[in-house]
Amino acid sequence: MCLAVPAKVIALEGNVATVDLAGTRTRARLDALGEEVRVGDWLLIHTGFAIRRLDPEDAQETLRLFDELFACQAQDEP
Amino acid sequence: MSPKRLSEEHISALHGAGGELMGRLLSEHILPRFSLRSLGSIGLDALDDGAALKLPPGVPVITTDSHVVKPIFFPGGDIGRLAACGTANDLAVMGARPLAMTLGLIIEEGFPLSDLERILTSIAEVLEGLRVALVAGDTKVMGKGELDGIAINTTGIGVAARPIPDAGLSPGDVIIVTGPVGDHGFALLSAREDLSLESNLSSDVAAIWPLVARALEVGGVTAMKDPTRGGLAAALNEMARKSHVGIEVEEAKIPVRDEVRGLSELLGISPLEVACEGRAVIGVAPDRAAQVLSALREHPLGREAAIIGRAIERYPGKVILDTGVGGRRFLEMPLGDPVPRIC
Amino acid sequence: MSPDLFSFRDPKRAREFAQLLSRLAPARPVKIVHVCGTHEITITEHGLRSFLPEGVEVLEGPGCPVCVTSTVDLDVAVKLAQEGVILCTFGDMMRVPGTELSLEEARAQGADVRTVLSAADAVEVARKNPAREVVFFAVGFETTAPGTAAVLLDTPPANFSVFSSHKLIPPALSALMELPQIEIDAFLAPGHVSTIIGSDAYRPVAERYHVPVVVGGFEPLDVLYALALILRQLKEGRAEVENAYVRAVLPQGNTRAQELLSQAFEVSDARWRGIGTIPGSGLAIREEFSRFDAAKKFGVEGELGEETVPGCLCADILVARAVPTDCPLFGKICTPLSPVGPCMVGSEGACSVWYRYGGRPRL
Repeated sequence: MCLAVPAKVIALEGNVATVDLAGTRTRARLDALGEEVRVGDWLLIHTGFAIRRLDPEDAQETLRLFDELFACQAQDEP
Repeated sequence: MSPKRLSEEHISALHGAGGELMGRLLSEHILPRFSLRSLGSIGLDALDDGAALKLPPGVPVITTDSHVVKPIFFPGGDIGRLAACGTANDLAVMGARPLAMTLGLIIEEGFPLSDLERILTSIAEVLEGLRVALVAGDTKVMGKGELDGIAINTTGIGVAARPIPDAGLSPGDVIIVTGPVGDHGFALLSAREDLSLESNLSSDVAAIWPLVARALEVGGVTAMKDPTRGGLAAALNEMARKSHVGIEVEEAKIPVRDEVRGLSELLGISPLEVACEGRAVIGVAPDRAAQVLSALREHPLGREAAIIGRAIERYPGKVILDTGVGGRRFLEMPLGDPVPRIC
Repeated sequence: MSPDLFSFRDPKRAREFAQLLSRLAPARPVKIVHVCGTHEITITEHGLRSFLPEGVEVLEGPGCPVCVTSTVDLDVAVKLAQEGVILCTFGDMMRVPGTELSLEEARAQGADVRTVLSAADAVEVARKNPAREVVFFAVGFETTAPGTAAVLLDTPPANFSVFSSHKLIPPALSALMELPQIEIDAFLAPGHVSTIIGSDAYRPVAERYHVPVVVGGFEPLDVLYALALILRQLKEGRAEVENAYVRAVLPQGNTRAQELLSQAFEVSDARWRGIGTIPGSGLAIREEFSRFDAAKKFGVEGELGEETVPGCLCADILVARAVPTDCPLFGKICTPLSPVGPCMVGSEGACSVWYRYGGRPRL
């Protein structure tokens, strides 16, 4: 039960963010986040609640980790 | 009861009763909206028991459809536009030029007259654009609470030089879709009150005969279907089953709007299983495919037409999807209406 | 920036992963189990099993919260709806068969059952209908429970209450490993549950049962990457927790969400449809919020109804001891439109997913 999507914050009002996902807008509550959110941030949303703030840097990190695994394996193999 | 005491703002039981009020409804609100009201013989103006038609040469093709869409007014259209386009498109994907239509209205008592006028205007606009005549009709009114708003039935009549079945595919035939898929279904979902979503997405509801006609002119069309309920997946599965061929399609080649992708992610519903109301799936003999594609792309409704796959000998009756990431799986017939997946 | 930013689906990379998985493939067959319906859908939808070497099986365990919601709970929800409350729940729950009726069937018979996308939406329904009792039938794992906790802690209106059927994943993993004849070689842990509980939460499972546990995301490449890490661990004889979803998961998880959970809920035993009672695997509403606890408010006691049908293999499928195609009822009597057992019921159950994507794991 993990259907959660990344969406971009376009407005903030109290503990509710209006988020955009490729042109569709919906609202997400921030109660479960525990960190500051700003317009322009990316949030991971599940059933109307943000469960994590996503950093585009981490997306790059993901690709780097893939590369690292391939490099590691290439080294390990004769 | 004197006519003066009846509301002229809402439909009442008397509007369907065949008396003066109904006569006025017809003559003041319905008839004047339609510019073409006969097909060479007895037509709507006569308000006779039926209409007589003078059909041009070709094979007569007929289709009927009932429409109960909710909401009645949605982004990009309304039940009237949907009814008229839906019927004209059913004829078109049979290879038939739409010529005439009948219109049956079942209306709930209390239905706002202004809404009815909007709906009729929508229907009239579609028919005007296609030069299709409204030749016969019927109006009934049901009591308040006995019907949810309005239901529309339309029967369409056309002629085809050669009727095109949905069962006509042969291995090797190229599969073309005339535009992005999923617009209508997702536009409706995004308009649902209970989902608190806002989207710029509009239904793709449109009359596609002019587009299909171009494909037919080029020649080589072996099968056609409109991907309405159940979307592209349903249309492809039906074509595969009835033609006794397999169909292989590439996910990366299927056109899907960004907004549809976004809604798809949010709701957990695949764009391939969601209705389109302004698209056709066309099977073409391989030697004509490129030409048919060019001809489609020259028309505004077909700018994003794309070859998405082909009919094959293996897996008869099944549809195989080469996924965007490079995997392979079956694309199955969808079951029931899509439900937003939360979990 | 477009959502492609967080999209990892490059077919070229996928092919590289396929080759890597091939090179890492162990000599003997291995069974990797995940516990997340969304993982099963991602795997099946993108055809990821096409990338797996022979002998590597990835199976779904009890990862569909809708599927494992006990009939006892469902019957309570149906009963409340029939007695006149406005019953709000997630769309997936509508078609789950209870002992007699599903919520959808109850609605067809006149009960006021409404689909919501969020616990917060259910509170809205309560605000808009002050004269009616509104019950939110709360289903889901640790990803979803914080939302329910948030609304409980936010002083909802007096006519609102929650019937909690929330469940916890780590106890389920342990329960699986304790079953006889279980041959699970590794776990692919659910990414978004882990966003909440943190990757460290799986350490006890990895250590106690000596199995690799890798937390995986949901983009196609995320899954292939996680599987590669699993195979590498198996090859090297390791049994550790690894986080393959760093952009969304921290070792400690989302501490704020965990705080909300511990403020609103306490851990209880819970009954999982098809499996039975797993100790410490459920979330019950704390005493101080009992006025918003539908179970206490309406004094409902569930009664155990018929949970399994003869021939239904769900009990084995749910614990990855069998696959849908092993079940004699699969695709014949049991289909998504007429589900017999829990695995076919929710859109994320193994049988439901397999059925909707062609009836078998590989083409």
